[in-house]
Amino acid sequence: MSFQYTILILLIPLACFLINGLFGMKFKPLLSGILGTAGLGVIWLLSLFTAYAYFFQVGLVNGEFQKIVVMNAEWLRFTDKLHIDMGILLDPISVMMLVVITTVSFMVHLYSIGYMHGERGFQRFYAFLALFTFSMLGLVVATNIFQMYVFWELVGVSSFLLIGFYYDRPSAVAASKKAFIVTRFADLGFLIGILVLSYFTGTFDFMALTGSDQSIFASGAAASFMGLSALTWAALLIFMGGAGKSAMFPLHIWLPDAMEGPTPVSALIHAATMVVAGVFLVARMFPVFFFQAPAALELVAYVGGFTSLFAAIIACTQFDIKRVLAFSTLSQIGYMMLALGVSGYGGHEGLGYMASLFHLFTHAMFKALLFLGAGSVIHAVHSNVMQDMGGLRKYLPVTHLTFLIACLTIAGVPFLSGFFSKDEILVAAWQSNKFLFAVEFLVAGITAFYMFRLYFNIFWGKEKTYAHPPHESPLTMTIPLVLLALGSIFAGYLPFSELISSDYKPFETTLHLSVAIPSVLIGLAGIGLAMLLYRRESTLPDRIAASLGSFYKVVLNKFYIDELYLFVTRKIIFNYISRPIAWFDRHIVDGTMNGIGWVTETSSQKIKGLQSGRISQYGFVFAIAAVGLALVFIYFIN
Amino acid sequence: MIEGIPMQHVLIVSLFMFFAGVCGFIIRKNMITILMSVELILNAVNINLLVFNKYLFPEQLQGHFFALFVMGIAAAEAAVAIALIINIYRRLNSINVEEVTEMKY
Repeated sequence: MSFQYTILILLIPLACFLINGLFGMKFKPLLSGILGTAGLGVIWLLSLFTAYAYFFQVGLVNGEFQKIVVMNAEWLRFTDKLHIDMGILLDPISVMMLVVITTVSFMVHLYSIGYMHGERGFQRFYAFLALFTFSMLGLVVATNIFQMYVFWELVGVSSFLLIGFYYDRPSAVAASKKAFIVTRFADLGFLIGILVLSYFTGTFDFMALTGSDQSIFASGAAASFMGLSALTWAALLIFMGGAGKSAMFPLHIWLPDAMEGPTPVSALIHAATMVVAGVFLVARMFPVFFFQAPAALELVAYVGGFTSLFAAIIACTQFDIKRVLAFSTLSQIGYMMLALGVSGYGGHEGLGYMASLFHLFTHAMFKALLFLGAGSVIHAVHSNVMQDMGGLRKYLPVTHLTFLIACLTIAGVPFLSGFFSKDEILVAAWQSNKFLFAVEFLVAGITAFYMFRLYFNIFWGKEKTYAHPPHESPLTMTIPLVLLALGSIFAGYLPFSELISSDYKPFETTLHLSVAIPSVLIGLAGIGLAMLLYRRESTLPDRIAASLGSFYKVVLNKFYIDELYLFVTRKIIFNYISRPIAWFDRHIVDGTMNGIGWVTETSSQKIKGLQSGRISQYGFVFAIAAVGLALVFIYFIN
Repeated sequence: MIEGIPMQHVLIVSLFMFFAGVCGFIIRKNMITILMSVELILNAVNINLLVFNKYLFPEQLQGHFFALFVMGIAAAEAAVAIALIINIYRRLNSINVEEVTEMKY
C-alpha cells in the first residue's frame, strides 16, 4: 500500500500554525484552540492508522521491517552524490515516534484548552504548539541527516518561543535564552559532526549511512585526528548535538530552567518529545555508532549512566514540583542513552536498542501524565512549590488517581508499563556492563523515592488551609489525564521486541525474573522510605537533611553546575577572552574608522569658510586663476 | 578683410570688452547687470571668432557658425538666468547677489 497520505501528518500542523499564527488574533480564543486540537486529532488518527498499516500489514517483508521512503524531493544539490533532500522515511522507529508525538501533542492540545483558559496570547500558544508538532514530526521522518538538522533547529526555535511564552516575566525570558544558547552551542557540534561524516562518506542519506554497504566508511575510518578516527569524531560531535537537546550532563543546565514555560509545554516538549530527540538521533545513527565508532557509543553509555544518577540525586532535594519532574526526565533520558550505549547489534544482542526505544515510548506516556497532573495541581493551588501543597487528594480525586498511577509506573511497579521497559534496560545493562547496571539499579530505587516524595508531599502530608478551596480541573484537562493513565498502564503490553529492533528483524524477549525481582524490591523500598518520611507531617526529613550538612546543600544547589558555568563564562571567558577582543574591536577596528571620520570632519570644518556663497568672489577667484594658469602655460610650460 | 583696419585693433576692442565683462561680473551686485556682463564676455569671444576667421582663413566659415552658435546658447542662457532671477526675487525680494548665499553648503 502507499503511504502518500503521510505528508498530511506534516502539513496539517503546519497549516494550523499558519492559520493560528497569521489570523489567530481575529478568532475567539476557543475557536483557535478547537482548530488546533481538531487538526491534531486528525493527524493522531492518521498516525495510528499508519502505525497499524506499517507494523501489521506491509512493513514486515521476509522477516525484516522495511525502510519505506514515501517521498524524497531534492532540495539542494552539491554533487551527484551529495545533495540535501526533503522527504519522509517510514521505518519502525519513525512510525513509533509519529505515534508518540501525535498522541502526546493531541493530549496536550486538548488539555491546554482548559489549562490556558483566559491567558493572554492563547492563539499564539496554539500557533507555537502546532509549529513545534510540525517540526518534531519532520525531524523523526527525515530521510537524511541534514533534513533532520533543519527540523532539529526548528524544534529548538519552537522550544525557545514556548519557554519564553510569558515574555513579561524576566525569569522566563532568561530561561528561554539559556535553553536556546545551550542547545545551539551543542548543535554547533552536531553540524560539524554532520559535515565531517558527509565529507568522508559523501552522503547525508540515512538509507546509505545505515545500510549494509560499509564501504562508504572506509576513508573516514582510515583518517585519524588526535588518536581517534574521523568517524569517531563525527559520532562524538553528533552525540554532542543529541546530548544538548536531550539535556545530558554537562549540557543539562537548560532543562530545569525551561520549566518556566506553561506546564503543558513542559509536558510536550521538555518531557515527552523534544528532549528524547537526542535518543532518537543516536538510535537513528545506531549502525554508524556501533560499527564505526564503538568508542563514541561507550561514551554515550557512560554519559547516560552518569546523568541518570546525578539527576536522580538532585531530584530528591528540589521543592518546585516541576523541577523535580524535570530532573526525573533527565534521569530517565539518561536511562535511554545508557541502554543505547550498552546495546549490541542484531537479535537479542540488540536488546538495549529495543529497550531504549521501549522506555522512550512508555516514558512519553507517564511523564506527560505526570506533567499534566502537576499542571492540574498548579491550576488548583496556583503555586509550583511543594510547601504550599498537602492533603490535596480530597480535592482533586481524578488528578490524584492518575498521578498515583504515573508514579507507580515510573517507580517500576509490576504490570505497569514502566516496569517492562525498565526491566529490559536493566537486563541489557547487566549483559554488557556490570558497573552501569549497578548505577541504574541504584537509580531505580532513588527514582521511586523521589517520585513518592513528590506524591506524598502533594496529596498527603500536612493538611493545609487554602485561601479558596482547590477544585478539580475541567473535563478538557481530566480527559487527557485519564487517557494517558490508560496509556501508562497498558503501553507495556505491546510486543515491542517484535516491532522494533536494531537490525529490523523481530525477536522474542521474556521477562528476566532474576533482574526484575530485585529491581521491583528496590523500587518498593524507595516507595516505602518515601511513605515513612512524607506520608504524615514530620520533622524527620529536615533532620536527615541537617545531618547530611554540606552534602545536602550541594545537592540542593544542583552541584553548583550553574554557578560553575557562570564562573567559566563570566569570570574566565568574559574577562580573558571577550573583554580583550571587545577592547580590540572598540579601540583598534572602530578607532581606525572613527579616526578617518574625525579627520574628514575637522578638516572640512576648517575649510568650509572658503565656501562663502558669493558668486562674485567665485568669479574673481576663477578669473585670477585663469589668468594665472594662462601665464603659467605661456612662460613656464612650453 | 576690412580695408584700413588691421586685425590688432579689432582684437584690442574685443580685449577691452572681455575685461569689462569680467570686471562687471566680479564687481557688480545686481544680478541683471551681472547677466549683462556675461553677455559682454560672450560677445567679446564672438568678435574674436569672427576676426580670426575673416583675417586668417577668409575662404572658410567655421568661425561664423561658431559665433552664431554662441549667440543661440547665450539667448538660452539668458532666458534661464532671468527665470532664476525672477524666482530669487520672489523668494528674497531682492536681486542683490550678496544676499543669495543660502545654498553655499
